[in-house]
Amino acid sequence: MRQTRAIELGTGLFVLLGFAALFFLVTQITNREFGLGDGGYRLVASFEQVGGLKPGAPVSMSGVTIGRVEEIEYDFDQYQARVTMRIDSRFDRIPEDSDAGIFTAGLLGGQYIGIGPGSSETFLADGSQMQFTQSAIVLEDLISKFLFSKAAGESAGNAPEGAKK
Amino acid sequence: MLAALTRELLQSLRAALEALGAYSLFAARLFAELPRALLRFDLIVKQMYNAGALSLVIIMLSGLFVGMVLGLQGFDLLERFGSEDSLGTAAALGLLKELGPVVTALLFAGRAGTALASELGLMRATDQLAAMEMMAVDPVRRVVMPRFVGGLLSMPLLAAIFSLIGIFGAQLIGVQLMGVDSGQFWSQMRAAVEFGDVMEGVVKSCVFGVACSLVAVFEGYHSLPTAEGVGRATTRTVVTSSVVVLLLDYMLTAVML
Amino acid sequence: MVRVRDVHYRAGPRPIFEGLELDIPRGRITAVMGPSGTGKTTLLRLITGQLLADRGLVEVEGRDVAGMRRAEIYRMRRRMGMLFQNGALLTDLDVYENVAFPLREHTRLPERLLRHVVLAKLQAVGLRGAFRMMPAELSGGMARRVAIARAIVMDPELLIYDEPFVGLDPISLGVVLRLIRRLNDTLGLTSIVVSHDVREISLVADHCYLLSGGRMAAAGPPADLARSESDEVKQFMHGLPDGPVPFHYPAPDYVEQLRQVQ
Repeated sequence: MRQTRAIELGTGLFVLLGFAALFFLVTQITNREFGLGDGGYRLVASFEQVGGLKPGAPVSMSGVTIGRVEEIEYDFDQYQARVTMRIDSRFDRIPEDSDAGIFTAGLLGGQYIGIGPGSSETFLADGSQMQFTQSAIVLEDLISKFLFSKAAGESAGNAPEGAKK
Repeated sequence: MLAALTRELLQSLRAALEALGAYSLFAARLFAELPRALLRFDLIVKQMYNAGALSLVIIMLSGLFVGMVLGLQGFDLLERFGSEDSLGTAAALGLLKELGPVVTALLFAGRAGTALASELGLMRATDQLAAMEMMAVDPVRRVVMPRFVGGLLSMPLLAAIFSLIGIFGAQLIGVQLMGVDSGQFWSQMRAAVEFGDVMEGVVKSCVFGVACSLVAVFEGYHSLPTAEGVGRATTRTVVTSSVVVLLLDYMLTAVML
Repeated sequence: MVRVRDVHYRAGPRPIFEGLELDIPRGRITAVMGPSGTGKTTLLRLITGQLLADRGLVEVEGRDVAGMRRAEIYRMRRRMGMLFQNGALLTDLDVYENVAFPLREHTRLPERLLRHVVLAKLQAVGLRGAFRMMPAELSGGMARRVAIARAIVMDPELLIYDEPFVGLDPISLGVVLRLIRRLNDTLGLTSIVVSHDVREISLVADHCYLLSGGRMAAAGPPADLARSESDEVKQFMHGLPDGPVPFHYPAPDYVEQLRQVQ
């Protein structure tokens, strides 16, 4: 009997440890936060370009996470990407004229939606569409623009030099 | 010459098909017994102790070292791109999706799989299985099933422990030794790792758990009742499980990515 | 109890039985003897339904074993006890749990009653004091006695001993011999003892069969067999090195084989 109890104790410890590890991995290592779940309300925003935005990405105001991206679809009526966000019900006073932008955390970090508050006295309600959006910056576009402007600048700068000669 | 070669090739193809068939039939039998086996919880607990709790030390130690190596290699690699702050992300994703499930499965095959196979083989060799048959007790139900279930339940838990300890190992090297910022390490990791990544690892380790346990009990149960037969069963357990795990890993990664 | 009629069985290409006939009478100790490799263990497997005969009839208590379904075979085996050569105790359980094993698997006896039954059976084989030992700690003779206790724990009607005398010291041998006799008489069992130990069989068996060449070479009380004039029986009973079972395994001519240069 004593041996059986030692086995049960060891197994119990092992199972506890295993589930604790799994729980820790899910809650602490990932960006999923429980408690948000089904609560809260939805906002919709359309973007020209969502870049690398993925469902589950944070939605933040001034760096405070207030919700998550729930769904990203393509809207053939507007020919734009339609992003549905779920916002925690605690943050229910987002002005109607606020703008949403897609930003990158750090140079190589993940993308998130940042909301800049407007000044309206009416607040966004469940299901409402945000009017002002700023698309994600695509690195390739940025680089080609940069190279283009540099090339343009160089040819512009070269012309006077050539004229000097 | 060519005819002989063709014949040999056909023969080995046939042998492989036969083995696959035998495995499938055995697996079908085990899955058919599954609901009944879950009722014998006391037996499963004992086997989880053998397969899981006793593998804990080797899993934790290996996890720590694999994580530390990831910390070193990852740092060296990421530093070249000036993005050593992403070390946490790299280590966590590598461990959760790949190294955790796979290395755990390989260690499991070596530690618990061989123990299972040789135990069953010895029970066969010493007539214990035949004695059960004679006592009107089905050895598959009484002996094989609890070992199978205990093994497949242990694997995801072991893999989770392995991954977690590995992440801390990577943190130990990256943050404490190489000077990656601790806040960056954790926050970047949290921002990038998704629930689906963890689940991918869990799904993989569940599949590997079924595969490794199945191979071990199959080889043990069907081993020849001699010292040589038991030895061969344990060797085949390690070899077959390892190959199957790596093969399944590729297939699962391709499907889930 | 058991009736075997015209049984043919072959293992691969090798015929084991060719028209075997045998009867095991109820309440007696019947011995089945024969040189190694004559299929003594195969016979037991046929009786217990682990193997099926290619042809012929194996009947246990009037029912054809070949016609039984798996569940019926298991039900039949519950009324049989079998002692394997080395005991075949379950190595991960102690003596008490080994004896309790069939009860735990087949009945829902309350723990107190179960304890009574197990201790009584262990008392019968004289090992009540060893109930907490593990099989690895037991001597060969003790292991076999525990196995006997386990075989009788379900109160079977038929008890089968497969080579119960192999590798025992004289004292253990005496103990096992006495046990076989006593259990058979006190519990009203039918016993089958498979062995090639002529002396021990002569001491314990009521009736003997001698297997040879796939059929019964002789049958009768041990004393009759010892006096038999048949060459096969004489060779076996008296342990003569040469006879119908030749000393030499079939081989080509010795000189011829030496001359052959590879």
